[in-house]
Order: sequence, then structure tokens, then C-alpha cells
Amino acid sequence: MNWVLENLEVIGGYTGAHLLQALPPILVAFLLSLPLAKLANARGWLRTSVTTTSSLMYAIPSLPLFVLLPGLIGTSVRSPVNISIALSLYGLALMVPTASDAFRSVSRDVLGSATAQGYAPAARFLRVELPLAGPVLLAGVRVVAVSTISLVTVGGVLGVPSLGMLFVDGVRRGIVAEIAAGVVVTAALALLTDALLVLLGRAVMPWTRQREVRRA
Amino acid sequence: MTGNPYVGSLAWLTDPAHWSGPGGIPLRTLEHLGYTALGVLVAALLAVPVGLYVGHTGRFKGLAVAAAGAARALPTLGLVTLFALLVGIGLTAPLLSFVILAIPSLLAGAYSAIESADPATVDAARAQGMTEWQILTRVELPLGMPLLVGGFRGATVQVVATAMLAAYVGSGGLGRYIFQGLGSQNYPQMIAGSLLVIALALMLDLALLLAQRLATPRGARTA
Amino acid sequence: MTIHSTRRHLLGAFGIGGVALGAAACGSSDPFAEEDGTGGEGGASDSGSGEGGNGGTLAIGSQAYYSNEIIAELFAQVLEAEGFTVDRQFQIGQREVYMPELEAGSLDLLPEYLGNLLQHYDSEAESASPEEIHSALSEALPDGLRVLSFAEASDQDSYTTTSDFASTHSLVTIGDLAGVDEDLKVAANSEFEVRPYGPEGVKAVYGVDLTVVPVEDSGGPLTVQALLDGDVQLADIYTADPAIAENDLVVLEDPESLILPQNVVPVVSEKVDEAAAAVIDGVLAQLSAEDLVELNRQSVVDQSSSADIATGWLTEKGLL
Repeated sequence: MNWVLENLEVIGGYTGAHLLQALPPILVAFLLSLPLAKLANARGWLRTSVTTTSSLMYAIPSLPLFVLLPGLIGTSVRSPVNISIALSLYGLALMVPTASDAFRSVSRDVLGSATAQGYAPAARFLRVELPLAGPVLLAGVRVVAVSTISLVTVGGVLGVPSLGMLFVDGVRRGIVAEIAAGVVVTAALALLTDALLVLLGRAVMPWTRQREVRRA
Repeated sequence: MTGNPYVGSLAWLTDPAHWSGPGGIPLRTLEHLGYTALGVLVAALLAVPVGLYVGHTGRFKGLAVAAAGAARALPTLGLVTLFALLVGIGLTAPLLSFVILAIPSLLAGAYSAIESADPATVDAARAQGMTEWQILTRVELPLGMPLLVGGFRGATVQVVATAMLAAYVGSGGLGRYIFQGLGSQNYPQMIAGSLLVIALALMLDLALLLAQRLATPRGARTA
Repeated sequence: MTIHSTRRHLLGAFGIGGVALGAAACGSSDPFAEEDGTGGEGGASDSGSGEGGNGGTLAIGSQAYYSNEIIAELFAQVLEAEGFTVDRQFQIGQREVYMPELEAGSLDLLPEYLGNLLQHYDSEAESASPEEIHSALSEALPDGLRVLSFAEASDQDSYTTTSDFASTHSLVTIGDLAGVDEDLKVAANSEFEVRPYGPEGVKAVYGVDLTVVPVEDSGGPLTVQALLDGDVQLADIYTADPAIAENDLVVLEDPESLILPQNVVPVVSEKVDEAAAAVIDGVLAQLSAEDLVELNRQSVVDQSSSADIATGWLTEKGLL
């Protein structure tokens, strides 16, 4: 415990760096998954290949990817940008199939009647399709957020500043409290982000809250 | 060998010397599979009964969801290093971490499998005089089997991609190639190790997908 | 041997594109920059008062190894005391990552170890005296980089065993292991397997058969525990590790000098001028082997921060 109290600044610094690497990929995965999922849904064969590619992507162990990616995209191994791009790929692998399911779950009749009511395609997407797909999309983003925040730690093995550095340094110095602090703060960040996403979901999709209440 | 590590990894994979002996690909792959199977099975022994109970009774649902969420949030690298410091090198520390990694998918798979049964069907079974145990094992479980197997599928793919961490603290598996390649800057070997993990993950994923299809009761299949 | 030749190619393929971007990215998001109150850019403007003369900030790196970080911190604090402005970029994982950054000038100073640094540039390098390795290094380093003088303190790989095992089998040198009639396992980082002083080297030089049990904590507590628990008979524990004295471990002698000497030696860019070099030399001249073990002990046992440990030692030696 002493170690934790005496190193709050170090933990704080790593926490900030950790979030800086984790939050962009979550956002990128969400935003990019929408057009990709729409595209995939437009063609049956595309949908199959998207699902296959996704499970393939997700099976790639993260540490080798972090080492190999810079050679393909021209960043440095130690650059947080590298970690963020790798994590965006993992996020997309989780998010695109979910978004594809989300859009498919929206009934064609509903979309048809929206068109009949005079919605232009863009407006129909924003005001009808997206809100209806919302709950499933939110569930997907929550999984992406928790998984991304946890995966950032792997970069610590390579010296990219994040809470994962506490694992590497802690195991080398034999300080259990240091590793435990890394685990606890990482998990807390993940759960906090998850809770914020739930609140955000309630704010932008108030009707889902009513449904929950009714069901209870 | 060429300068491209990706091409180099293919040369590494096709080198017959890497396919035999105690450090050879077949043995390392078997070790990797063994760790994965052990991790998922131990997790299943813990998570599936709990998931079935939660799904059948509807009790403690919130607690189960929260536990699964919390387990998902734990960084596996941190768990492996933490447990290793506490229990020493060997399989115990990574195995404990794999079990924690596998629990959320299995737990969610189990309770959503039971919940997925149509309440009307369950009521009909109850009206026929079935005991709760019979309802669970003869009605809810068969109907939810594809979801339960889906839980196994998710857990297995996650553990197989993470099982490389066993090599971090003294055990074998395909992680040996990855860590040794990383440490000695033998990137072709590191890529080859990763490709083997990916191939293994895909094969397991496909096998369990097939199992998922087969697990759908004939009466519930849509033609 | 193909292993070593490919690594260069890879460096060529991966390194070049990455360096420029990496330099920009590292400066902005390094959590240490703020914590140490030496925000890189802000500090540069008033460094005119420094004796460095050429007015820039010195970027000091360290390996992801607590002991290396302490040495880097020693350099950082004396340089600051002498009026230089420094930017700490500690805990960089791999030589393959930080050496290109040194070559590109985004790092200016990093504590290194003689043998390992030479092998990075010349994988065929044979073991020799510290002086010979030092002069070989001056040849091998790329233009723009040089090594300053090395310290007495060293931190090298070793074949270490428990005192029980050593006395049972009357072990003094690595070669004595040839007489031990059981399967010998050595706990070490997995790359130990392919190092020249690994199992193949020991087999060739001393005729001893070994298998490696990989433990990726670089001779840290997991490795030590594996040795004490009897999971392995031998372990690669770095000689500056306080665990050796604490657990009464025996470092087997290496009369054939299979293992390269690993004295502490700073590798520096052209930005480190003679004034700065003199300051760093002043630290190294006083860093004895026992000192390094003691510094490490404070980190591992007392769990002190590298900054506190460095301040304490520098004050004691009259360098601050």
C-alpha cells in the first residue's frame, strides 16, 4: 500500500496516458463501424467476409501486432499512435458485426413507412434507423470500450506509457502493490467508462429507459 | 532469407527443423491447445452452473451481469504477473488468469441460453407436471444449447489468443515462439508464432461454430 | 545465425519510417515530462544559462529496467545541478526501439552495458576485456553516437545457483556442472536460448547440457523464486541484483569468459558536449559494483523511487 501512496503521481501520469490511447480507438471503432456495417449489409457476400475478417482480426495476439504494425503504417513502436491504431482495428473487429446486426434488426416495414412519410435517405438514417439500432450499437460500444481499456496495458511491455508499465516494473521489482494498483485502476477506468456509456445511452435514447422500467 | 519479416515467417514455418523435437511446432501447438482447453473447462465448471441457476430462477441476474462485466475489465497481463508473484512460475498463474478471462462469456452464454426459452413453452412444460429440474434439462437447456455453445466459442477464442502469456512465466505453448522472437529480435519467428495462434483460433472458432449449428434441436431448426 | 542477420534487415525496413514520427509523438505524451517539472519546450528557452553552451535540452532515456532508470536518473540530476536542461524519457522497452531514436537525435543520452551494446551492432562479437569491448564499441557505433568512459559497476548475465546446490555438487565454475548427474534447467528470459552465452555456448565451451525455462522478468523475483523453489537448478540473474546476496546465492565463475562484461557505459549523441560528458564521467568514476547493488536494493527492497534513490547517492558522494 505504501508504494501506491508514495507513487500517486506516477499512477496518475500513466492513467492519463492510458486514457489518451484508449479513448480515440473507441470513438474511431464506433464511427467507422456505421458506414462499414451499412456497406456490408448491402451485399450478402460482403457481410460474410466482414464477419470472417472480424473473427480473424480478433484472434491476432495483441503484443505481436503492436510490434509489427509500425512497419506497415510508418509510426514508431513507442508511439502511442501505434497502439491507438492497433486498438482501433480490434475495436472495429468487434463493432462492425454488431453494427451490422443492429441495422439488420431494424424492420424493413418501419424504414419503408419512413420513406413513405417523406424522409430523405440521410434523414431517414439519422432519425429512424440509427435510433432504432441504438440499443444494440450501445451494447457493442460498451464491449469495445472495456476491451480496449484493458488491452492498452499490453503496450507497457514495449515501453509505451500506460498503466501496463506498472505490471512490467512491478514484476521486475517484485512489488505486488504496484501490479495490483495497475490492475485495479485499469478495471476501474473500464467500468467507469462503461457506466458513463450507459448514462449517455439513457440521455440520447430516453425511450430505452422507459422500456426498462416497464419490463421491471 | 529476405529482408521482409513476413516472407521470413513463411520460410520459418516451412523449415522442417521447426516441426520436430521438444520445441517443435506440433508439441507447442498441443501445449497451447491444452492450456486453452484447461482454462475454458475450469471456467465452465464454475460459470455454467451459476449461469443456469441465474437463467432458470431469474435470481441474482444483476449480480451475474456485474461480475461478468468486472471480470471483463481486468487486464490479463496484470493478472498473470500478479498471480505469478504470489504463487511462483508454472501453469497456475496463467491458468487462473485464463479462467477469469473465460468466465464472462460462459456465464453470459449460460444465463442467456436459459432465458431464451419462450416463457409460454416453459409454462406448458410446468403444466404438464415436469419438475423444475426436468424443465431445466429437457426444455430450457436443449432450446438454449446454441447460445450456450456460443458462450464456449467466445471464451475459447479469447483464451486461445491470450494463452501465449503462459510462456511469460515458465510454461510452453506457442507463446514461446512469440516471446523468444520478441526478445531476440527474430521477427520472422515472432510472426510465425502469431500466425500459428491465429490459425489455431480460426480452427477452434469454426469447429465450435459447427457445434453451435449441430446443437440446435431438430424441432427448433428453421428449415 | 540467420536470426541475427534478419534483425538488421528488419531494422532497415521498420526503423527508418518510424523515427521521425516517433520523435514527435513521444515528446508530447510522455507522462514523465510533466511530473518532473521539466516540460521539454518550456525549459529549453532558459537553458542559455547552462554550461551546455549549445542551448538545447538533453533527452535522457532509460531501458524498461528499474536499475537502468536509476542510473539515468543519476545522470539527469547531476546535469540539472550543473545547469543543463533535461527531458526524461524513461522505461523504453527495447534496444531496437531506443537505438534508432538515439541515431536520429530524439534521444541524447542513455545508460548502456558494454557487451550487450556491442552485440547489438555486431552479433558475432566475442567476449573480451571491458577495455577491448569499449574500443570495439567506438568502432561499431554509427556516426554521431559515441560511448563515454565505463564504470566499474557492471550488471551482467550469470549462471547462478543456490548455495545448497553448489555445495552438494562442489560447484565453483560453470564447467563443474558437467559433473552433475541430473537434468539441468536454467530459468532465464526466453531469448537466453539463442544468446551466444546460452545453452549452446555453455555446451561448446564447458561441455554442459542445459535446458531453458523461460521466465520473462529478466532475472527478477519470479526467476529467483523458481531457483529457490527448486523448479530450476540454475538461473540467469544479473550480477547487480541484490537478491544474490539476500538469498545467499552462488554466481558460478566463468574462467573461459563466455559471458561478455557488462559494465555500465553511457551512449550519447553529439548534443552531449565535453562539459556535459565531464559531468557524466564524474558520476561513473564513483559508481562501484557494490554501489550499484545497493542502489538496486533500495529500489527492490525499500521500494523507493528512482529519483529519491539517485538524490541520496549523489548527495552522499558529494556530487549534488
